[in-house]
Amino acid sequence: MADRFPVAAGLRGYALVVAMWVRSTMAYRASFAMTTIGNFAASGLDFVAILLMFSHIDALGGFSLAEVALLYGATSCSLGLADLTLGSMDRIGRRVRDGTFDTLLVRPVPVLAQVAADRFALRRLGRIGQGALVLGWGVAHVDVAWTLPKGLFTVVMVVSGAAIFASVFIAGAAFQFWATEAAEVQNSFTYGGSTLLQYPPTVFATELVRGVTFVVPLAFVNWLPALRLLGRDNPLGLPGWVDFCGPFVALLMLTGAGLLWRVGLRSYRSTGS
Amino acid sequence: MRLYAAVAVSGFRRYATYRVATAAGVFTNTVFGFVIAYTFIALWDERPHLGGYGQAQALTFVWVSQGLLAAMALLGGGFQEELQERIRSGDIAVDLYRPADLQLWWFAADLGRALFQLLGRGVVPLAVGALCFELALPADPLVWLAFLLSCLLGFAVGFGLRFLIGLCAFWLLDGAGVNMVSGLMGMFFSGMLLPLTVFPGPFGATVRLLPWAAMLQVPADVLLGLHTGAGLARALAFQAGWAVLLLAAGRVVQSLATTKVVVQGG
Repeated sequence: MADRFPVAAGLRGYALVVAMWVRSTMAYRASFAMTTIGNFAASGLDFVAILLMFSHIDALGGFSLAEVALLYGATSCSLGLADLTLGSMDRIGRRVRDGTFDTLLVRPVPVLAQVAADRFALRRLGRIGQGALVLGWGVAHVDVAWTLPKGLFTVVMVVSGAAIFASVFIAGAAFQFWATEAAEVQNSFTYGGSTLLQYPPTVFATELVRGVTFVVPLAFVNWLPALRLLGRDNPLGLPGWVDFCGPFVALLMLTGAGLLWRVGLRSYRSTGS
Repeated sequence: MRLYAAVAVSGFRRYATYRVATAAGVFTNTVFGFVIAYTFIALWDERPHLGGYGQAQALTFVWVSQGLLAAMALLGGGFQEELQERIRSGDIAVDLYRPADLQLWWFAADLGRALFQLLGRGVVPLAVGALCFELALPADPLVWLAFLLSCLLGFAVGFGLRFLIGLCAFWLLDGAGVNMVSGLMGMFFSGMLLPLTVFPGPFGATVRLLPWAAMLQVPADVLLGLHTGAGLARALAFQAGWAVLLLAAGRVVQSLATTKVVVQGG
């Protein structure tokens, strides 16, 4: 049964492990409440910093506060969703080091599902909530004539952005099969990437914008689709259809990350401890 | 004294062992440095002399803050989680039986860590920043010396705070919540996100008096040469004042907490 429907088995296993961690989190309710509020505030403080900036200026890189809020909210929601579903994957290096990774290999659940659900942290709803609030505020205040297709386009942007971040989490975890201590490198692309995407692309050097478009295609998380929504020019002068490529880029990246994960898992050799 | 020196050395060596992790951290700090530097360029283009900084000074602030982030444990890390785990598991009883003072022991160990991270994670980001951007780094070695002294005092303030946070576990058992709140305060009120001089009005004035200001804002301003003569003495005294206050509070809480410890046999 598990062999015939590997995806279903994976999702079932994922749900079981997640449910276990949620129960365990609820054992310390005060801590859960504090960490959820903390998670909400942690990402919120980034936005407070932006508000403080805008208390001195009217536009940053030619973008108004509402437009920055749209960018900020979109990437925060995307990162929040990816972070909630598989944000603890960076613990895999620790598991490899202390030998507990072997336990995961003998359980009758796909390893990726177990690692993704490991230490599932419900408090990360805080970041999603905060991102959604700012996104909502941005959507309400930008100078865009909202239509149903534009609304759907925004939803697709957030979901495919989450998938792009998810593939970075998976690739980062796979990388740790070779470099078990390098957990922090992926923070550059997830949290660092999200910090980058909060600001308009006009702020950054063209080489940097090129890098996050063609090398690590984070620009598809929110920059390219949001620029289209706002009726702004593409900073690299790319053709218009590129703005709609988010979902395809996400699928491609997920496939790539999945393959990398397979290669990493195959090359894993237990320390024997 | 020799004991605590040995503890500090082992703290240094413990963190020096993980070279890949250090390199990964340096990489991340550098990436963040670039992102924030570009946003600051845009901000200071709009408003030159914002917060009393020129653009070069603002960029220096960015790279100094990325360099000090790990050493000052501004976002958490350091030792308090380990201390909390020892309190939760009961291993703290063993620590209290040792012929060493709890606070001094952790101070020494954390100082060793901070020294390593100042070198291992501070130097490279600052150097990369200096290569890629026009920074306002001082040429006078005395200013650098004052900066290091200010860093040491800033570390003592940070340790004082984190020791208190760690001891919370005696009452709360699970420290995740307080750690998070403490990390948030550290991130926002130290000036990591935006220099405290840019914070507006009375709010800004208040924030600049809080202990977190002693951990990043004051050392950075000392390096930028904004404090000289009597001003420098005042800035260092501000840091020393918070350090003494927090370390003393740590003593009091420690003695309260240890009376709570009940060692069960078996």
